[in-house]
Amino acid sequence: MITVKELTKRYARTVAVDHISFAVQKGQIVGFLGPNGAGKTTTMRMLTCFLPPTAGAATVAGFDVLEQPLEVKKRIGYLPESPPLYPEMETAEYLAFVGRLKGISGSDLNKRVDLVCERCAIADVKTKLLGRLSKGYRQRVGLAQAIIHNPDVLILDEPTAGLDPKQINETRELIRGLAGDHTIILSTHILPEVEQTCEQVIIINKGKLVATDSVHNLQNRARGAETILVELAGRNGDLDRSVAQSRLERISGVSRVQFKSAHGNRNVFEVESQKGFVRGDLARAVVESGWDLNELRPAAMSLEEVFLQLTGTDAGDAVEKGEK
Amino acid sequence: MRNIWIICRKELRSYFVSPIAYLLLTMFAVVFGFFFWNALGIFILMGMEMQMRGQMYPMNLNEEVIRPLLSNASVIGLFFIPMITMRLFAEEKRSGTIELLATSPIRDLEIIIGKWLAAVMLSACMLLFTAVNFAFLFKYGNPDWKPLAIGYLGLLLQAGGLLAIGTFISTLTKNQIIAGAATFGVCLLLWVLEWVGSYETATWAKVLAYMSVVTHFETFAKGVLDIKDAVFYLSVIFLGLFFTARSMESLRWRS
Repeated sequence: MITVKELTKRYARTVAVDHISFAVQKGQIVGFLGPNGAGKTTTMRMLTCFLPPTAGAATVAGFDVLEQPLEVKKRIGYLPESPPLYPEMETAEYLAFVGRLKGISGSDLNKRVDLVCERCAIADVKTKLLGRLSKGYRQRVGLAQAIIHNPDVLILDEPTAGLDPKQINETRELIRGLAGDHTIILSTHILPEVEQTCEQVIIINKGKLVATDSVHNLQNRARGAETILVELAGRNGDLDRSVAQSRLERISGVSRVQFKSAHGNRNVFEVESQKGFVRGDLARAVVESGWDLNELRPAAMSLEEVFLQLTGTDAGDAVEKGEK
Repeated sequence: MRNIWIICRKELRSYFVSPIAYLLLTMFAVVFGFFFWNALGIFILMGMEMQMRGQMYPMNLNEEVIRPLLSNASVIGLFFIPMITMRLFAEEKRSGTIELLATSPIRDLEIIIGKWLAAVMLSACMLLFTAVNFAFLFKYGNPDWKPLAIGYLGLLLQAGGLLAIGTFISTLTKNQIIAGAATFGVCLLLWVLEWVGSYETATWAKVLAYMSVVTHFETFAKGVLDIKDAVFYLSVIFLGLFFTARSMESLRWRS
């Protein structure tokens, strides 16, 4: 549905997007992941024909963004980072205006407005001024205007930014509900969001593509090596570090144990395991040795770890992997 | 065509749901009404003086009242133009709604013409209000309506040209105040440019004086439809909208 080849956006001094290539299949939800300033918004703006690319090409539903922008725009619903609302308009009126802009007319228009209002749960604010709506409603009206013309492709730029936890959940629910009919690209810098809503992840950092893979694969990559932080304390106030370390190393599945720090009697070790859950064995070993187990927690959460790995110093390796 | 109307309707609506339109209409009507009242006062005084002196020199409403008033209206208009155009693009850029327009299946030119047309319609409304004053002249006097109609056409053409320039300036900034102030400066300059012609006869002075919008209004105020002057206004409109289109395009490459 969307193919991007060597897409590049260069500004006077900086390269915002640097030779990015990826493809999105019909009906997929793809998470566009990266830290702030990674080039997510710029890429999305190029896909929506708001910004022309400096080099490279992108096609949406078979139409080139530079050659046939009008055809592309007809097939795209776009929610920019801050919803593009006119504060002096009422909700239903605004949606009708956007609908007309997108080429809907006549009796279809009212039907579509009613439909998206219901879908985005904004039917109760239909006659309210947009300027008076709360952040959550504004975001949902933004989403409603993106789907008003039932586009093939939905591009959502940080759809949950600035919402409270309840609203975030509702919005994610809504986006998941939209999948199937629409191909969705959503950008975010929040990892759990990708885990919860997306099937495919595209990770970019500093304008470069770092990885594209399915969420499932990335999670597996992360699970392969789990890092656990263990805090121990000796019963009588003293604990032999080397004894403790060798005891931890003997637990089956543990590949490496490293001493991290000590605060008085409390010693923190980093335990790396190769396969799955060693936490039970770990806890048992500690208690059986007569030490106190103060804390036991994963050093990083699944995708987050991969993400940091990929966008961090190991980014070079990851690019190769991603391109394969 | 349909898209132009969609944009135009939206702009007109936002003029009329906010106090902008009503404020402009009221202020223009009040200021013009005051001018009208004065012009009429002078006309009546002159008439009485003539009668007292026993002169029966024919007095002409068109020449003595309508013509100077139309010229006044053209100058008052200069002050109101910036307030109409300043928000057109600056506001959309500030609030980010320009992104909605630019990613909708609609051409830049349709957006620009739609917005400009809304501004022209609002100023046409403002001019329409002044017609109330002239209606009194027709009720109690017997002026010729054709020169008046041509004068109005001139006012509308002049407004169209200046509005196109204002629309262009509005694309250059996110700040309405800056857009308004810059447009006001340009309007003012286009008015006073004609002064050069009164003391200097070199070619450059003639060119400058020619560029003044007020010079070209003179013939319209007289009630003469001169194609040359109509073409001047039309080319200002064209140029203003052309620059707006270029500016919108460069917006995409720069932003």
